[in-house]
Amino acid sequence: MIVPLNDIWRILPEVVLAAFGILIMVAEPFVPRSRKSLLGWLAFVGAVAALAATAVQARHPGFAFNRLVIIDNFSIFLHFLLLAVTALSILASLRYLERENINHGEYYALLLFGSVGMGLMVAANELVLVFLGLETSSIATYVLAGFRRTERKSNEAALKYFLLGSFATAFLLYGIALLFGATGTTFLPEIAAQLRTTDGNLPLALMGTALLFVGLGFKVAMAPFHVWTPDVYEGAPTPVTAFLSTGPKAAAFAVFLRIFFTALAPAHETWFWIIWVSAIATMFVGNLGALVQTNVKRMLAYSSIAHAGYILIAFAARSELGIAAVLFYLVAYALMKLGAFSLVSHISPGEAHQSLEDYAGLHARRPMLAACLTVFLLSLTGLPLTGGFLGKFYIFTAAVQARTLWPDFSTALIGLVILGVVNSAVSVAYYMRVVKVMYMNEPNSNTPPAPVPASLAFVLTLTAVGLLYLGLVPGPMMHFASRAALPLGLP
Amino acid sequence: MKAHWLTIITFLPLGGALALLLIPSRAWEVIRRVALGFALVEFALAVPLFVWFDGTYGGMQFVERHVWISSPVILYQVGIDGLSLFLVLLAAFLTPLAMLASWPIQTRVKEFFVMLLVLETGMIGVFVALDLFLFYVFWEVMLIPMYFIIGVWGHGRRLYAAIKFFLFTMAGSLLMLVAIIWLYTATGTFDVLWLLDARLSGELALPLAQERWLFLGFFLAFAIKVPLFPFHTWLPDAHVEAPTAGSALLAGVLLKMGAYGLLRYCLPLFPNAAREFAPLIAVLAIVGILYGALVSLVQPDMKKLIAYSSVSHMGFVVLGIMAMNVIGIEGAIYLMLAHGLSTGALFLIAGMLYDRRHTHLISEFGGLATPLPVLSAFLLLACLASLGLPPLINWVGEFLILVGVFQASVTQAVLAALGVVLAAVYLLWMYQRVVFGEVKNEANRALRDLSRRELAILIPLAVLIVVLGLASPLFTRRMEPTAERILHQMESSRYELAESPETPEAPR
Repeated sequence: MIVPLNDIWRILPEVVLAAFGILIMVAEPFVPRSRKSLLGWLAFVGAVAALAATAVQARHPGFAFNRLVIIDNFSIFLHFLLLAVTALSILASLRYLERENINHGEYYALLLFGSVGMGLMVAANELVLVFLGLETSSIATYVLAGFRRTERKSNEAALKYFLLGSFATAFLLYGIALLFGATGTTFLPEIAAQLRTTDGNLPLALMGTALLFVGLGFKVAMAPFHVWTPDVYEGAPTPVTAFLSTGPKAAAFAVFLRIFFTALAPAHETWFWIIWVSAIATMFVGNLGALVQTNVKRMLAYSSIAHAGYILIAFAARSELGIAAVLFYLVAYALMKLGAFSLVSHISPGEAHQSLEDYAGLHARRPMLAACLTVFLLSLTGLPLTGGFLGKFYIFTAAVQARTLWPDFSTALIGLVILGVVNSAVSVAYYMRVVKVMYMNEPNSNTPPAPVPASLAFVLTLTAVGLLYLGLVPGPMMHFASRAALPLGLP
Repeated sequence: MKAHWLTIITFLPLGGALALLLIPSRAWEVIRRVALGFALVEFALAVPLFVWFDGTYGGMQFVERHVWISSPVILYQVGIDGLSLFLVLLAAFLTPLAMLASWPIQTRVKEFFVMLLVLETGMIGVFVALDLFLFYVFWEVMLIPMYFIIGVWGHGRRLYAAIKFFLFTMAGSLLMLVAIIWLYTATGTFDVLWLLDARLSGELALPLAQERWLFLGFFLAFAIKVPLFPFHTWLPDAHVEAPTAGSALLAGVLLKMGAYGLLRYCLPLFPNAAREFAPLIAVLAIVGILYGALVSLVQPDMKKLIAYSSVSHMGFVVLGIMAMNVIGIEGAIYLMLAHGLSTGALFLIAGMLYDRRHTHLISEFGGLATPLPVLSAFLLLACLASLGLPPLINWVGEFLILVGVFQASVTQAVLAALGVVLAAVYLLWMYQRVVFGEVKNEANRALRDLSRRELAILIPLAVLIVVLGLASPLFTRRMEPTAERILHQMESSRYELAESPETPEAPR
């Protein structure tokens, strides 16, 4: 079989990532133990090269591999986001792995392979490829979650993630099978066309939709499929948590959007309410759960759940602004979560505990760390002049505006927005608690946090500055996101 | 230059804060001087506004307009009218005094003054912003410095008070955000100037049901900030636990934001809903007046007494606004200024006593007239002003409000007037217990009277308290066209009510 050159251009980032991943695996045995971070830098180069490859890919929009892959503004946007997440996660991991004595080359290879999977997910035009991409990224992250092999918690995280994840994937696969049974195709546009014409098979298709929802809901950690999240996020090595809570989540949301807004668009009336209920449940579970945590890492894990809930509000709006809002929010969310988790990874060496106590008086010892964390937390809270606020603002605007688009759901959408802001108000309590501890409590432990390594400092600065930039000048990113929203063609 | 004047005034303190960051923390004596310098320059720059202001025109002046964010269109638009002019001046006037009052602060001096300057930008920004999004940004950003001021430099229960303040304000303002977004989707713009003009021309007309919800969304945020009974519970905590500068600015300026919001947004934009809810709000205001006064009566803590008296006074302001006539609104604006100055003065004096004795308890004092004659004299002036004695500043405001309310409802006016009587009781009784009689507590005998720094704080306040009381026409003249315009904006929408038209598209 001869693969047309254009097809290669269209999956160039994945090719680059896979090539670097394999290179790292091959080189790993030859790199001495003390020099393993070279492999990390190699992986970083790979991720940056893949970013450059995305720019090439962006010049070749269209289908590839018999319409399995689609390169449009939407997938390009997400490629940029996901690869940036990968690159920053690698940087955040470099010194962490050395410190925790788990500096193995596989770590970086797995991150790259995971990104290959995510890249394929967001570019998939067909359900089987979605499944393949999801599995590729999942298997890599299952291993990464358990990378601290000697730690009980890390093992627990990996096992839990693997078992529950396998179940979720099985659901997804069943869903795909049922949809195939109902419509006779696994291509997204064809499914939509079939659903529009043949009403007879709709119950089967709806069951398929429900199962897909379970599978994808697990990946984005929405209630009631969130149960794994706190344990896995807490147990996984913190840079992995940073990666898990941003990359795979964003990819899963992208697939979610693409499937539900194209293939399953005709069933909108039905799945609207599923999303609606789930959004509310997710926000409350996340925020109320976070409220009672004293472990900062676990608190941030619950807050990730809450943020999935906010994103679902824009999802429910199902408008172009809604899609753009989701994409914008994913960017802001990735910045704040990457920043926050990377910072947390630095505070408690050995990850014995990440209690609030460790942050007491941080402002006096590491003022820049405290300032960065404050930016992340204010952004997570959604205070103005941060990317998090603009993200929420766009989400709420999309939902309020959509009431003219979907008059039937008008009250439901407004209700959703009001519950959204109520939840934001609740979240103030636990985010500001960390700020309080940093600035208003006296330092109480004798070992101040170590100086911040340059690679981590770079990540923190970039994410914090990025958030402030998005808060002050959201226009360009929103423009990019609005263009990316177009391909999911709405009525 | 004049075209950018408001922008300069808004961001000069922020520039000052950034400049302070460059100075090393150990040079704290330099830092506070530099900060004070910025605040004084700021005030000097704000005064010309009063001179240049065209008192015969009720609309916005010194308007500056740029596009900030392109999708959706969000403007950087600022301007002032006869309402915001005075509040800007008040904020610019009180900030340097609050800084001077913070001289005794020894811990984390740099951060404190940085926070004060950021707060000043936030306060002034709220008053000059003429785009709903921009307004919201300033409204929220201001929370952060205040949170730190209370939480880091406050007294005993400061952490509790700080988070309570933050949560209350945030809860209200988030609902306002929903209302702002809703209004945007209905009109297609955040541009306050356009919205207000559209009200005048009758171009903007919302269905009554929608107006009601939007009104409530905005109102809740403002009611919490004012604070109107029963949303006042954050206030005593925040005021009492905050450091002196924090209390003075909270009472002096931050509370005015709620009343400002009512006048700027709630009344002109949602007049029909406002008229509907006015009786209910007036009742809450009266309850607040009487409740605040009665609770003040029994306070053993001087700062708490002043805090509750704020609830009472701000109830007057809201009542005046709800009278919905020119005199009532003018009175409300005037009482806002009056309360800012007189209550600000009371908090500053309480702070000076605290610096000497490290307590706010009234029972710890007594007979202060002997060791502290000058301070006692200033305290007397502040008390008399606060209780509404003619011809001091509060009297003008309260009198105008009562006249306005009387025209609207005699019962309300009578009940509100009771509040004035009670104010005299709790303030004079407090004064008597603190200043008159024998010096009972030995610790008070050796207290030093006011220093030059403290005189520099109190003399300008005292002068204004007297001057604004005597020369009130000079100021009310500038408020009148604005008050008329607000009422006009309310009137011109009345007849639109029956038609309940489609939501209009914005022209830009």
